[in-house]
Amino acid sequence: MATDELTGQPIGRRIVLGMLGLGAAGIVFGDAIQARVERTLRPLTERDPTGLTSFIPTAGRFRIYSVTGSLPERSTADYRLTVDGMVSHPLSLGYEDLLARPQTDLKLDFQCVTGWRVADVPWTGVKLSALLDEAGVTQGATHLRIYSFDGLYTESLTLDQARRDDVIAAHRMQNGPVSREHGGPVRLYVGPMYGYKSLKWLERIEVVDHLDQGYWEDYGYDVDGWVGGSNGRSDEPTS
Amino acid sequence: MAEVLERFGRPSRALHWATATAVLTAALTGMILYFGPLTALVGRRHLVKDIHVVAGLAMPVPLILAYAGTWRRDVRANVRSLARWTRADRRWLRTRGREAGDKVGKFNAGQKANAAFVAGMIPIMLVSGSIMRWFEPWPVQYRTGATFVHDWTAIVTWVVVAGHILFAVNDPESLRGMLTGRVARAWARDHHPRWAAELDPEAGADEPDEPEAARVGDAGEHPLR
Repeated sequence: MATDELTGQPIGRRIVLGMLGLGAAGIVFGDAIQARVERTLRPLTERDPTGLTSFIPTAGRFRIYSVTGSLPERSTADYRLTVDGMVSHPLSLGYEDLLARPQTDLKLDFQCVTGWRVADVPWTGVKLSALLDEAGVTQGATHLRIYSFDGLYTESLTLDQARRDDVIAAHRMQNGPVSREHGGPVRLYVGPMYGYKSLKWLERIEVVDHLDQGYWEDYGYDVDGWVGGSNGRSDEPTS
Repeated sequence: MAEVLERFGRPSRALHWATATAVLTAALTGMILYFGPLTALVGRRHLVKDIHVVAGLAMPVPLILAYAGTWRRDVRANVRSLARWTRADRRWLRTRGREAGDKVGKFNAGQKANAAFVAGMIPIMLVSGSIMRWFEPWPVQYRTGATFVHDWTAIVTWVVVAGHILFAVNDPESLRGMLTGRVARAWARDHHPRWAAELDPEAGADEPDEPEAARVGDAGEHPLR
């Protein structure tokens, strides 16, 4: 011990200082570095049959955020989607009923408000505007209150936002049925907004005449979650 | 002559195990937050996140406490031995222990590298994690940058910690040193010969040609490497 103290170099300190420097640089420039790594790796991650690249932090991967005790589960056979509230003909649709309606295909990015983004995700589903028209929205309605069958997660949209062509009740994403982790069998996909607006495990769409803000908005996120135009972020718009 | 040597005092052991508890708790909860299938299995994101944040904030506390009282002497002596690298340490590390084994002091270069990594890892994770958790005051791209740093540092930490545990399990006497504070003299001479010699000046430092060198047990003093 004495010998080390007399003859040694302070390499321990250099390692620590070097790490702190790298860490600080990573926090300041990580956003730009990550975007470049994602672009570089995209040809690889898009065609990766093993799914192993999804464990690389930068490689355009989805992260699963679930707020309840366990992931909600509902089979396609048991699945029902209700459209009610201020409508003339409330709807109660099964999974097959949704598949039987006109389908919309989108290929758009998914941008999370915490910073990660998955590029060019294929989505398939039924436009919310079509469901609203079918139910017949009555005079005076302004907003939707949207419920998840996890029993906790809710979201809100204005009627104008909900009628956009890039807002769908999605039953397919990434070229397969929407998995349980991703909010299956049916989830919302709100193309131009941050991921928290794309409610998972979609169960009920209630047409109302006032704003009733959703789960994540209660945690401080913006009600109008436009990608690049809200939450103080400057991401490239997704749609 | 005693057959065991004092290797770690109580404060150093307390520091080690308290830090280990915080790091392992943060590592396990962090893995649940990060790794999709585990996230799906466990759920309860807010609870897991709270445990993760508390474990992270607790991580530097043992070190601060270790320096906060008269017991700091014990910790400081070990920190000094860990911080300084001799030429022989670098050679030992470069050759992965094949050379300069007879010059290893209280800590070998792998242990020194591990300690330095942990000392750098804790502030990095603390700062990047705090920016992720309390992001409002920061420029938005810092939140992404902090996530980037936190993720990659976590992956490296998993590898380093797994290696650290593996080495300890493969060398029970070394693990016993951290559990009980004492190690067998024969083990110390074998793995940390310079340290053993310093604690035992009668043996004439590392002069094996002393008459006492014929004592039983000295066969292992200078292993062939």
